Amino acid sequence: MSIDLQTVKKIASLSRISVTDAEAEAMVPELNNILGWVEQLGEVDVTGVEPMTAVIPNHLRLRDDVVTDGNVRDKVLANAPQAEHGFFAVPKVIE
Amino acid sequence: MTNLTDLTVAEIRDGFRAGDFSAREVAAAFNANVAAAKALNAFIVETPEKALEAADAADRARAAGEALKPLSGVPIGMKDLFCTEGVQTTAASHMLEGFKPTYESTVSKKLWDAGAGMLGKLNLDQFAMGSSNETSYYGNVISPWRRGGGDNAALAPGGSSGGSSAAISARLCPAATGTDTGGSIRQPAAFTGISGIKPTYGRCSRWGIVAFASSLDQAGPMARTVRDNAILLESMAGFDPKDSTSLDLAVPQWEASLSSDLRGKKVGIPREYRPDGLNAEIAALWDRGIEWLKDAGAEVVEVSLPHTKYALPTYYIIAPAEASSNLARYDGVRYGQRDLPDGAGLQDMYAATRAAGFGPEVKRRIMIGTYVLSAGFYDAYYTQAQKVRALIARDFDQAFEKCDLLLTPTAPSASFALGEKQADPLAMYLNDVFTVPASLAGLPAIAVPGGLDAQGLPLGLQIIGKALDEQTVLNAGLAIEERAGFAARPEKWW
Repeated sequence: MSIDLQTVKKIASLSRISVTDAEAEAMVPELNNILGWVEQLGEVDVTGVEPMTAVIPNHLRLRDDVVTDGNVRDKVLANAPQAEHGFFAVPKVIE
Repeated sequence: MTNLTDLTVAEIRDGFRAGDFSAREVAAAFNANVAAAKALNAFIVETPEKALEAADAADRARAAGEALKPLSGVPIGMKDLFCTEGVQTTAASHMLEGFKPTYESTVSKKLWDAGAGMLGKLNLDQFAMGSSNETSYYGNVISPWRRGGGDNAALAPGGSSGGSSAAISARLCPAATGTDTGGSIRQPAAFTGISGIKPTYGRCSRWGIVAFASSLDQAGPMARTVRDNAILLESMAGFDPKDSTSLDLAVPQWEASLSSDLRGKKVGIPREYRPDGLNAEIAALWDRGIEWLKDAGAEVVEVSLPHTKYALPTYYIIAPAEASSNLARYDGVRYGQRDLPDGAGLQDMYAATRAAGFGPEVKRRIMIGTYVLSAGFYDAYYTQAQKVRALIARDFDQAFEKCDLLLTPTAPSASFALGEKQADPLAMYLNDVFTVPASLAGLPAIAVPGGLDAQGLPLGLQIIGKALDEQTVLNAGLAIEERAGFAARPEKWW
């Protein structure tokens, strides 16, 4: 499988990273080089092998369904590029 | 008088307790070294006042006859991947420039609670993605080491914990925190002639550490001796309900149990770690390491880890996939940079913010990760990689039926010149060939210096242990440390 300019632009769009045409073109061989290399995994026989999701056997803990945090609005907003009236502010999304 | 900045963590702790010097004298000495080492670019933010504040608290406690804390009087460096309350935390990215967390990471909090003071926030590869510390937005870290013979080429301190490794080997701090996703503690330790341990996945809480690849990220200490690593790790490890993968286990007394007597232990030598073309000096050091462990009483056996060659490609699917997901949070809304072109809508703002905030290697990995997780390719790449990861972990399980620990080189070469490998991402990735397998399997592993190569640069050995058996890893590291007698240090030029 090799990817072309259009695919690179699509991946960039899915990644929400704007790229210029020149940047996208430069990425085509770069990404192909890396993807071509990782494709060697296809040759490994994985019949009957379960995909690994946790490296160290550990059970996912449950806790009581109670509020453990909160009332820290100003701390949450402290690093926002733009905060107004106690909210995060973003460009208008609905006309 | 003793040069305080030449002391190890253990010597500072014990000397302070014995009344040989004050904590303030120690902090001031390290602050002075930090201030005089701008040429290394090891720190993004310097916090001399924090180091002095902790030192004064230690001095007051000592004067009042109060019980001293495990790290009272010891100043350390903090990798700038750990969130520190009120102190800028950037992950070496432009994206987080100016970000001052309103909370403290669990690991850093544990260290401050143990009495340590902060000398500053250490430079690293951007979002911990890199092996040479050349991807930081705040500039390259320069290794204090130089090749012999008047060659003044700037060398890589390794990565991603390159600020930590450079600062420790240059005596800017006696110890520092690191994080290790595929070798980011061990490879920089090897490049700079110091020690560093990545504990078992789950030993140290990931809460408050800027996330890269969550199934692999693990914090650990870096210092000049194995004992210092044991001391630091005792304060860093421990259960944290705020991290769902944190192990609910008591923290062993690693320092008190240190012993370089390896009688009864079997050391496995994985044959797949000796590929054709392995650097001859590294191979020779490895052979010396085998003799050192035999001398310490261990029995040596050959073992096989058949899927070793697939570890790097597996890592370069799984780590970018997790990174693409983790780094989705940088949206220009909640923290960090925002780039809002004139008239742009929300989607345009996301794309512009991320284009401006992330460096090229970070973008590359996000895009690889996005691709391997995208519809139609998920099974071929990501699920396949997770299955191969299971086989890599099984290789270790089977090897550990025949032995108690593994001895390997840490990195395939000594430090290289900055710029030398930057043009080819794949060549850079290959640096992690010996460290990535243990990361994929979540196993504890330490890097210890073994000697110098013909150019006068440090080379390291790696010990990989069974899950949760940091003690054997530390003990074998100590056995090598005692026999290698590594005393070399970079000649001061900065």
